[in-house]
Amino acid sequence: MKPRHLPRVALLLLLLAIGLLLGGCQRSEPLPLRLTNVTGHMPDLDFKLTDDHGKAVTGADYRGKVVLLYFGYTHCPDVCPLTLAHLHVVMQRLGPLADGARILFVSVDPSRDTPAVMHAYVNAFDPRAVGLTGDAHAIEALSKRYRSAFTREPGNTDGSYEVSHSSAIYLFDRDGHARVLATPSAAQDDIVHDLHLLLSSGATP
Amino acid sequence: MKPCRLSFLLAGLLLAGGVHATAADHVHASHAWIRVLPGDLPAGAYVTLQNDGDQPVALSGASSTVYAEVMLHHSSSEGGMSRMTMVDALPVPAHGTALLAPAGYHLMLMKASALVKPGDTVKLTLEFTDGSTLATDFIARPANAVDENH
Repeated sequence: MKPRHLPRVALLLLLLAIGLLLGGCQRSEPLPLRLTNVTGHMPDLDFKLTDDHGKAVTGADYRGKVVLLYFGYTHCPDVCPLTLAHLHVVMQRLGPLADGARILFVSVDPSRDTPAVMHAYVNAFDPRAVGLTGDAHAIEALSKRYRSAFTREPGNTDGSYEVSHSSAIYLFDRDGHARVLATPSAAQDDIVHDLHLLLSSGATP
Repeated sequence: MKPCRLSFLLAGLLLAGGVHATAADHVHASHAWIRVLPGDLPAGAYVTLQNDGDQPVALSGASSTVYAEVMLHHSSSEGGMSRMTMVDALPVPAHGTALLAPAGYHLMLMKASALVKPGDTVKLTLEFTDGSTLATDFIARPANAVDENH
């Protein structure tokens, strides 16, 4: 083959590759999500933690449910309750469909957030909210998995401390695939819209 | 000598300007509520402050017979991170308002001596930087209450 034909061959190959990629996209039917679509850019839901009944749970236990994952802590009187209260309104707006979704509230403050404390806390917001806590390593692993971050800052002399934490809400489909990244200031309409899409798709209802 | 002269000057200015009027005399509190959380978890308190006076004032904190500790805090979100910081004072401009509202300024209420339930009224004494105080009734609302006004 003469070198001057190379670009033409390369172009053909490129077109072929694009065609295959587009074909692949069409088969997986991209959802018209309104919020930041992270499909294929974040790992599937996976963790080993303890739920608010004291039971050991993993990401696989929530397959079949659409999951809203949010990191926070119970000694957070302002932003965490505000976010959870908004998610409660979102769940209410889904009506009976909300049973197909779970809010997973993961504590980044496991030394204070025991399953009992978490149980009282999440149930004050929504019956479909689950509180997850566990050992510091497991929580750090989950947090890192979603490029989430948290820090503890010493506070008062009485040993209290303040926690900074990522404010993002991660939405997973029924197969545990990460699909949407929402901020707490996202419009409720958009979260409800995207949840409807995720609830009506996925292999295992 | 010098500090003494300064105090006289300040006292003179205060007398000339305020005629005993304090910050609390000019401030009206409205829309006061507490988000009650389970157990002895800290709660957030919110209020709208309206200053009818010609001088700016500043809220420095609050006290309560129900909560042993009250702190003025500010929540902020930067680069996708939420954090709370302690604040010394929140200015209320002359003929203006200052909002203590979710995801912004709030009073953090800690160490409740009695169980506060949604529907209860809790008196908080708002404190201003000039030392004046304003007793205000706060309505306790459930954890998942959404503030319609903000």
